[in-house]
Amino acid sequence: MTAYLRPTDDAHAIALRAAHADYLVLAGGTDLLVAAHHKPVPVGILDIAGRFAGISVDADAARIGAGTTWRAIATSAELAATWPILPAAAREVGALQIQTRGTIGGNLATSSPVGDGLPVLLALDATIHLASVRGARAVPYRAFCTGYRTTALGADELITAVTVPRPAPGTYLGWRKVGTRAAQSISKVMAACALELVDGRIAAARFGVGAVAARPIRAAAAEAAATGQPPTAATAAAVAAALRHDITPIDDVRSTAAYRLEVAGNLLARFVTNAGRAQG
Amino acid sequence: MTAPLTITVNGQPRTVAASPWRRLLDVLREDLGLTGTKEGCGEGECGACTVLLDGAPVCSCLVVAGQADGRAVTTVEGLADGPLLHAVQRELVARGGAQCGICTPGIAVCAAAVVDGGACRGGDARAQVRELLAGNICRCTGYQLIVDAIVAAAADVERGQP
Repeated sequence: MTAYLRPTDDAHAIALRAAHADYLVLAGGTDLLVAAHHKPVPVGILDIAGRFAGISVDADAARIGAGTTWRAIATSAELAATWPILPAAAREVGALQIQTRGTIGGNLATSSPVGDGLPVLLALDATIHLASVRGARAVPYRAFCTGYRTTALGADELITAVTVPRPAPGTYLGWRKVGTRAAQSISKVMAACALELVDGRIAAARFGVGAVAARPIRAAAAEAAATGQPPTAATAAAVAAALRHDITPIDDVRSTAAYRLEVAGNLLARFVTNAGRAQG
Repeated sequence: MTAPLTITVNGQPRTVAASPWRRLLDVLREDLGLTGTKEGCGEGECGACTVLLDGAPVCSCLVVAGQADGRAVTTVEGLADGPLLHAVQRELVARGGAQCGICTPGIAVCAAAVVDGGACRGGDARAQVRELLAGNICRCTGYQLIVDAIVAAAADVERGQP
């Protein structure tokens, strides 16, 4: 029969992971358990739901435990006050029944190109915290997801937390998901931004985009086109044009490469002009 | 052999000899005979199989039995207090917020959790219903009467009317 282990605390979870590298690690299960009855039965299950959970905020950063549910993120006043694009994205993950179970750590472990929480973490320059019996380490999210649904997570490691630094004063944060409807449907295109405005210019730009490459990516060429420029319509057009060098969208059941290219450019252009409007 | 699991279902501890990989949906319907919970898509998209797990609405097709071991589950059969329907059930009946009935148990369970939690009140009550019930899909008819019923139930709960 399938072994089923539920650790008693976080340290126990890390110890069990080392002892059972062949077990399925299960948090909320909203992705891994789709059509479970048609899937091969795992050798064993390590149920970490409820472990590594909770949100804490200090002067420098917010720390979100990997086991924190999207619902907890969606309803966090502390996150909404400083990192509003995180709760905004959380509210668009699936629907209530998915948000009550699905976790930010699960989204990271899967690192699907259409993971709804991931472009925001790229824009916020998130760091992923990992632990094993060998010790703890931290990896920037942009280096954590290495390819199509592959990550830097070791076979004996668990994701313990995500930290996002406090944005510099005057930073414009944006998030937009485009799909057939806000709830449930898998996205056609997603984009998030953090545009740091200093003296009327974009001093630093981070764009995270999803569903337009094999993994969620930072748009380096678009960022270069924005950096040092004023948040004007001309900069917006340059950013949209530069994005074509960053992304490799495909035709699939949900959308077309041409649509994704056009809309992703429009989303980034709108972030730039909205940032201009926000600074007044 | 399979180690027995203990799940508190609608207030009663139930012992089930099921694989921990068996879907909670199948445990409820086939092992415990609670057929009020319906399977729609089986992929977590439609909400017909919604039950409460420790009070939170979840898709029972996306929960396996091991995850429910030692936890409390409420199904549509557990919403009423004896002959007294939950406000959501009463308003769905009174306002015609149901047609074929496949999506209705999931809607009743999700809405009961939401209105008991104090949501769907005030000026944007309808918008709250549309967001919080976005995971419950009805393919028979529109959503107006369902939204009407949930807003009315939220007002009933706010007034303390059972």
